[in-house]
Amino acid sequence: MSSVGITQFNIQMGDELTQNVQPLLHEIRHALAALLESGKASIIDLRSIPLAPGEEEAIIEALGKGEINARLEALGPSDIYETRFAGVWLTSHYNEDHVVVSRFIEITELPAILRSQREDMAGALETLNEELQKQATS
Amino acid sequence: MKKDLLLKDGNPQQGNPLGGTLGESLRSQGVSRRSFMKFCATTASMMALPPSMIPMIANALENARRPSVIWLSFQECTGCTESLTRAHTSTVESLIFDAISLDYHHTLQAASGHAAEAAREVAMEENFGNYLLVVDGSIPLDNPGYSTIAGISNLDMLTESAKGAAAIVAVGTCATYGGIPHANPNPTGAVSVKDIIKDKPIINVPGCPPIPVVITGVLAHYLTFGAIPELDHIGRPKVFYGQSIHDRCYRRPFYDKGQFAETFDDEGAKKGWCLYKLGCKGPTTYNACATTKWNNGTSFPIESGHPCIGCSEPDFWDGGGFYKALSLPTEDLSKTAVYAAAGAAAAGVAVSALNRGKKNASNKIHIKTTIDDLTQE
Repeated sequence: MSSVGITQFNIQMGDELTQNVQPLLHEIRHALAALLESGKASIIDLRSIPLAPGEEEAIIEALGKGEINARLEALGPSDIYETRFAGVWLTSHYNEDHVVVSRFIEITELPAILRSQREDMAGALETLNEELQKQATS
Repeated sequence: MKKDLLLKDGNPQQGNPLGGTLGESLRSQGVSRRSFMKFCATTASMMALPPSMIPMIANALENARRPSVIWLSFQECTGCTESLTRAHTSTVESLIFDAISLDYHHTLQAASGHAAEAAREVAMEENFGNYLLVVDGSIPLDNPGYSTIAGISNLDMLTESAKGAAAIVAVGTCATYGGIPHANPNPTGAVSVKDIIKDKPIINVPGCPPIPVVITGVLAHYLTFGAIPELDHIGRPKVFYGQSIHDRCYRRPFYDKGQFAETFDDEGAKKGWCLYKLGCKGPTTYNACATTKWNNGTSFPIESGHPCIGCSEPDFWDGGGFYKALSLPTEDLSKTAVYAAAGAAAAGVAVSALNRGKKNASNKIHIKTTIDDLTQE
């Protein structure tokens, strides 16, 4: 398709936008150092930072992907993976239309949402008990 | 989500504040703890709260009781309801609506006529002192007949419904500041909710329309904390309206460097430079558009190349023209007899004085946007 006559807007390619990518990476660096030194975990809400078109993608690209990639199916899908920097996780929550509803960078050993939850385990134990009782009586 | 918003006809009992908690309600629907944590994380982000507050939000929402909500629509275009119902299909946000009992909303409810009004009256009676009243649209005072529902004037319905409300959420610029019906010459004598109700806490959620997640965020805040959020000097929640569009705009660095688009198709516009000279009201407008964005986080007007029109500010329609820079006078100085007669020594003095008084001036002179405003050169 020819682009002749079509006005070209290149705001997504600008190199003079908010310049928030580098400071954010430094914030992650500080948080990772704190995690190592004191075990203090941190979360950064990417939706609370003014980012120009393309900058969120730039941050995600800079973080890269590491060894673990988890998929959660709860109220729509969620992607949780460790970035190429151990201890730095990217959590993206989607709605059922696969639109991002929230996105966090978590600096932690393991995002809390990945652990089995106590309430769910209690429910699971109850279900297992009921099923075994049914089998025993049938 | 629309399904969730549909009212259960004639079943206002559902709004009983003594009913189950949100946690119990979610568990009975088979919602796992992980889903609830995702819901809380997204709610925290929606409410612009730090992620460190997620555990506290989870605890509060777990124990929150379902409040009855009565939604009144007066002189409005239904854009606020459209904003809310069209923009969200997410299960996460629909949970906010599962967490409330919407007992009256004349656009969305299945009931009509006497049955609808009966539902409102029963909900008010059974939840007196506890229900949340949501209002969109302004209220005409010149003649009650300008806008009625079931033969009841907007003024009567508002004052009657406000009596037993725990708090009022005024949604949209019409309900918060009079909005477009209030714009010069204000033919119906339109006023805001706050102009009428003086003895109830009122949360103003302006915008034409407001950002949907700001509406749900305010409801989530009420559910979470059981109280209204901290408000600014004109009644807006600070978490969403605490910073100007300009301060959070990704084009701000261009403003700081003095790089402006002069027309909508010049090199500056193509390079995404600041839209201040094209009339952007970002510096005087407080809202969450620059970070929360619209259409499920796709973009916001400035990102799409259009200046902010300042729709969440009082009298935004009478501000002197959407395409006039804030630094320009709202009137032609040479035709301004008052200042000419006063013999203002410098045009700058007149400009400054005019800008200070532009809202008053615009009440007297209705200014139309012309093609010249659009071309600027």
